[in-house]
Amino acid sequence: MNRRVFLTTTAAGAATFAFPAVLRAQSKDPIRIGFPAPLTGPFSAIAADMKQGAELAVDELNAKGGILGRKVEVLIRDDQLKPQVGAQRTQELIEKEGCQFIVGGLAAHVQMAINEQTKKAKVLFISTSQSDEISAKPDTSPITFHEALNPTITSRVVGKWVMENLGKKWWIVYADYAWGKQNNMVLSETNKKHGGTVLGNTPYPLGSAEFSAHLPKIQAAKPEVLVSCTPGADNIAFLKQVKSFGMHQQMKIAQPLHWISVAKQGGPELYQDIYGGMNFYWELQDGNPDVKRYVDSFQKKFGTPPGEYGVYAYSAILEVARGSELAKTTDAEKVADALRKSPAYNHFKGKQWWRTCDNKSFQDMWILKGRAPGKTKGDWGLLEVVSRVPANEEFDRTCAEKGLA
Amino acid sequence: MSDISLAALAAQVFTGLVLGGIYVLLAVGLSLIFGLMTVVNFSHGALYMLGAYFGFVLVGRTGSFLVALVLAPLLVGVFGLLVERFLIRPLYGRSPDDPLLLTFGLSLVLVEAVRMIWGKFGMTFDPPKVLGGAVNLGFTMFPLYRLFVIGVTAAVLIALWLFLVKTPIGLVIRAGSRDPLMVRALGFDLGRIWLLVFGIGSALAGLAGVLAGPMRGVYAEMGVTMVIESFVVVVVGGMGSLPGAIVAGLLIGQVVSLTTFFVPKMAEIMVFIFMAAVLLIRPSGLFGEAGLME
Repeated sequence: MNRRVFLTTTAAGAATFAFPAVLRAQSKDPIRIGFPAPLTGPFSAIAADMKQGAELAVDELNAKGGILGRKVEVLIRDDQLKPQVGAQRTQELIEKEGCQFIVGGLAAHVQMAINEQTKKAKVLFISTSQSDEISAKPDTSPITFHEALNPTITSRVVGKWVMENLGKKWWIVYADYAWGKQNNMVLSETNKKHGGTVLGNTPYPLGSAEFSAHLPKIQAAKPEVLVSCTPGADNIAFLKQVKSFGMHQQMKIAQPLHWISVAKQGGPELYQDIYGGMNFYWELQDGNPDVKRYVDSFQKKFGTPPGEYGVYAYSAILEVARGSELAKTTDAEKVADALRKSPAYNHFKGKQWWRTCDNKSFQDMWILKGRAPGKTKGDWGLLEVVSRVPANEEFDRTCAEKGLA
Repeated sequence: MSDISLAALAAQVFTGLVLGGIYVLLAVGLSLIFGLMTVVNFSHGALYMLGAYFGFVLVGRTGSFLVALVLAPLLVGVFGLLVERFLIRPLYGRSPDDPLLLTFGLSLVLVEAVRMIWGKFGMTFDPPKVLGGAVNLGFTMFPLYRLFVIGVTAAVLIALWLFLVKTPIGLVIRAGSRDPLMVRALGFDLGRIWLLVFGIGSALAGLAGVLAGPMRGVYAEMGVTMVIESFVVVVVGGMGSLPGAIVAGLLIGQVVSLTTFFVPKMAEIMVFIFMAAVLLIRPSGLFGEAGLME
């Protein structure tokens, strides 16, 4: 070893040890996480929450020195709620922008198109969409993970609760696409299993603003519970019209999910006494330090409480980081193996875990009810917690049922 | 059929009447503009959306739905005047594709502008408290506000009818849509008439938007499907025919409503099947005159 080489290597070594991790992270190429989400259209409010959750996760990661000593970037792209656009954005994120990971997707059908691209490019994908197919054959893959709840879990949990607490004669209205159809199917099964009757099922095209033509028939059938699978902006139009027909005085209204950003748009009058399931609600911070920490840092950064889809984005990005650190690489298969090898994690609300046979995340969920106007807590406190349902693999289909035995 | 389903069917027809009313307001404007100016106005859906946003803002500012109901369509009408004067007028005498492309582009610009000004999220505003509840029609509970929409639509159509039939300007408008060359030869300034007609058409779209806002919510993309369905109405009624737009609008409202009742999955596509069937029997639409498009 000559003197020059000695000097440069020791200097570099000294620099490596002397500089804080943050600076070191900036000296290498960043790790890029591509994030397709429907920023425009009827799901825009929910997608905005996801964007914020993703940004918070990246901020926190970079503050701690990034992933594997490299800075982290998240590239958020509008999939316009269209499968072909989602596929195209994903392809661009991977091929043109060099993303090592893809996280995101909100609408089930768009997320499937994203997954096709990540499988093809051998890039790890953590889906934050509610979908049954994503963790089942033929769509899933060893490098496809699913952070969100799915229609089977939400509809079994909410369906059972509705049967026990609200009534057994139902009418189901559902958006006619992957998520809606899956919920309708599981809700109908759950109703039957618990000895109820489904008086009718009404599909409608996703993104509709006009529901009035569906309503007289439902009114005439007199169900005890109207179960509505009307996501995003559809939810507001649907509830507005249901209430304008006076139907909330004739029947209870429940939905597999509540979306707080949508509820805030609709206002307390619209959401009063509407029941629904949720994976997260900011008021859970009372008595849950994990939730409190997350809500505090979100509130500090964005000035509003977090919603229930932002947490999926946040948690999924932190899982990308955890997997990469465990595997000491960004290689999709090795990161996936590492996550399966140590499947338990807790980023914002308590323990969650990956089921290793289908890469599906299991987590607690809650049943909530809309508060009466005047009883809300600020702009965002529209809902009150009615019941907590602890995580349980039995709520989902088994891996054998998913073709993954 | 049992009594219950007859009652439900009656309720269904009523529901269809409201859907039809909104279609009629949009289609009458479209048809008026096309009949007189042979302009296929693709920005009509965006004008509908603007009406809803103006309504939202005005209700917020003034607290009065009535003020919004009157002012928002007027504002959209004024906006329509500006569009005709500065964007469409330079394109007269050119191929009909040019204004079509221009108005299509304009609709994209308007949607994006609205997203920039009011954000990507939808918004809502409520009908006035007096119209908030539901009334018992004997066979069903029906929202009072929807009855109000039927009433306003009927009143506006009657006023438009009187304007076109009883006033001198109305006479010129009707003559202009029959034979623009002859009307010019008689010494009328058709440019002014076109301006006026585009303004009226825009205002009607704006009115449809304000009326729809409290029922459907307000969001930037709300006009995208409406403009397509309204074109279907215009084509079914006969391009350029006002009675056609009215009859076809009400018919399509019933088609949507009744298909939803019997086979909900078919409701969307049935509109197009209906159009195809009408065009097979009457290629120029129900009230259309052959040759207008050539």
